[in-house]
Amino acid sequence: MRQMSAAFLILAIMTVLAACAAMTLRGLVHCALALAVAFAGIGTLYLSLGAQFLGLAQLLVYVGAIAVLIVFVILLTRGGDSDAGPLVPTRLPITGIVVATTILALLAWAVFHSSVIHFPASPVPTATVRELGTVLMAEYVLPLEVIGLMLTAALIGAVVVAMKEKQDPQ
Amino acid sequence: MLDGIAVDQVFVSLKHWVLGYSPAAIEPAVSILLTILPILLVFPVLFALTTVLERKGLGRIQNRYGPNRVGFFGILQPMADALKSLTKEDIVPASADRTVHFLAPLVLLAVAFLPYAVLPIGRNMIAANLDAGVLFFFAIGAISELSVFMAGWSSRNKYSLLGAMRAVAQMISYEVPLLLSSIAVIMAAGSLNTVDIVNKQAGFSGIFPHWYVLTPWGFAGFVLFMISATAETNRSPFDLPEGESEIIAGYYIEYSGFKFALFFLGEYLGMFAISGLGITLFLGGWGAPLSFLTWIPSWIWFFAKLLGLIIGFIWVRGTLPRLRMDQLMNFAWKFMLPMALVIVVSAGAWRFLPQGVTRWLISTLFLAVAYGLLARGVETRNKIAKRTYRFAE
Repeated sequence: MRQMSAAFLILAIMTVLAACAAMTLRGLVHCALALAVAFAGIGTLYLSLGAQFLGLAQLLVYVGAIAVLIVFVILLTRGGDSDAGPLVPTRLPITGIVVATTILALLAWAVFHSSVIHFPASPVPTATVRELGTVLMAEYVLPLEVIGLMLTAALIGAVVVAMKEKQDPQ
Repeated sequence: MLDGIAVDQVFVSLKHWVLGYSPAAIEPAVSILLTILPILLVFPVLFALTTVLERKGLGRIQNRYGPNRVGFFGILQPMADALKSLTKEDIVPASADRTVHFLAPLVLLAVAFLPYAVLPIGRNMIAANLDAGVLFFFAIGAISELSVFMAGWSSRNKYSLLGAMRAVAQMISYEVPLLLSSIAVIMAAGSLNTVDIVNKQAGFSGIFPHWYVLTPWGFAGFVLFMISATAETNRSPFDLPEGESEIIAGYYIEYSGFKFALFFLGEYLGMFAISGLGITLFLGGWGAPLSFLTWIPSWIWFFAKLLGLIIGFIWVRGTLPRLRMDQLMNFAWKFMLPMALVIVVSAGAWRFLPQGVTRWLISTLFLAVAYGLLARGVETRNKIAKRTYRFAE
């Protein structure tokens, strides 16, 4: 095993603590903010591993969009003040346990069967933004175009939905 | 022109000179310190100068003097302001969420300083030359929305919550045209690296530079970028989040003393940073505007352009009335967004059309037609007529 660097340790501890806080804190807004910290921690982990594009995209999408969306939804629905029920659930959350174990098993299976694990001494991968762009525009151009079209359509669709102004009878 | 180069690189040489004297063990730390410290010093000083400039400028526009008591022409006013805010009591509302309330200004300030890492202030003067510099800038900018929300929510004040909601909604909406207008430049330069983008705009045709703002799509993109930047930094005429006449100070209403000053600092730093990005993307970064002016050091050009944009911001603030919330949103989604998409298409066409007058004509015509149609669409939807009141007469 390679020696874990101090930066990795700090980031990992921060991320795990923030994730635990997101699960256990009482206030919903606190949970959302802790979740944002966890997202940011994962993003910086990617950055420290040299995956610049992935790390920055993680920050931009998860912290900038998804965390803000969660916060907005909390504000618009419950005001963020309401206390959730007791921390220890009264009923056994069977569905939750089943879903969690299934996902864990699936991820573990995927990790142990991936090709990465069979090459322990792999050279440091270089994935510059330029290379990523070249691969995206050459090999995976069709999926990229489809996603781009879909997102643009969603963007324009949202505007069109919002365009309809209520006609005041007066 | 050896002298010119020496002056141009004076700060870089200074750093290397100091590094030469530092022991090898602490050299990386010294290098980092010498890179960060100037940013931490120069931009807050610029903030202090800008507050005087802004108050003086607004005073001129509103036909009054502005600050003129402290120091020569009121130039020491920021010192007095800083002392005042340092000696004021730090009040935290009883029902506030203390931790989040305390963290919000710190997060805002940390996030406000980070974008400067990827701004090329002069030739060879960039703190972190990242491959994906522009992406870094926007990723960091996205975090500032959360800090604004933290401030507004933790104060437990309905005005501050309203201000935070407005701020976040506005920042999300205007981020779309901001990003799209930058994409046009990224497409033209073929790089996300800020230094590469500046280098692509170097060189002159005759006496005129190859800045992106001097192309039809670049000009439209620059205007769109600056409008979005004004909205992103919550400045007038998009200052609804802090609209003094309705919600007093918006999300930082419950902050006093130096925390309040920190919010101001963060806001102005955000304004400088986004202006700096605008300079990098559209105005040729540290490049000289005319070919016979290249002897002036590159960092002087950067700060000259920055001051020019700041004066533009002040001018706009002094002359335009504040928008209404629905006008603000309509403008973002029904005009800015389609216009930004048109600019992206136009930039792509510009890339593949043969050089010459036809390219200019086609691009300009395309943008003008799109502008005309979109402006018509916005206008007809909001028919201007005599306002009728239902309840007040």
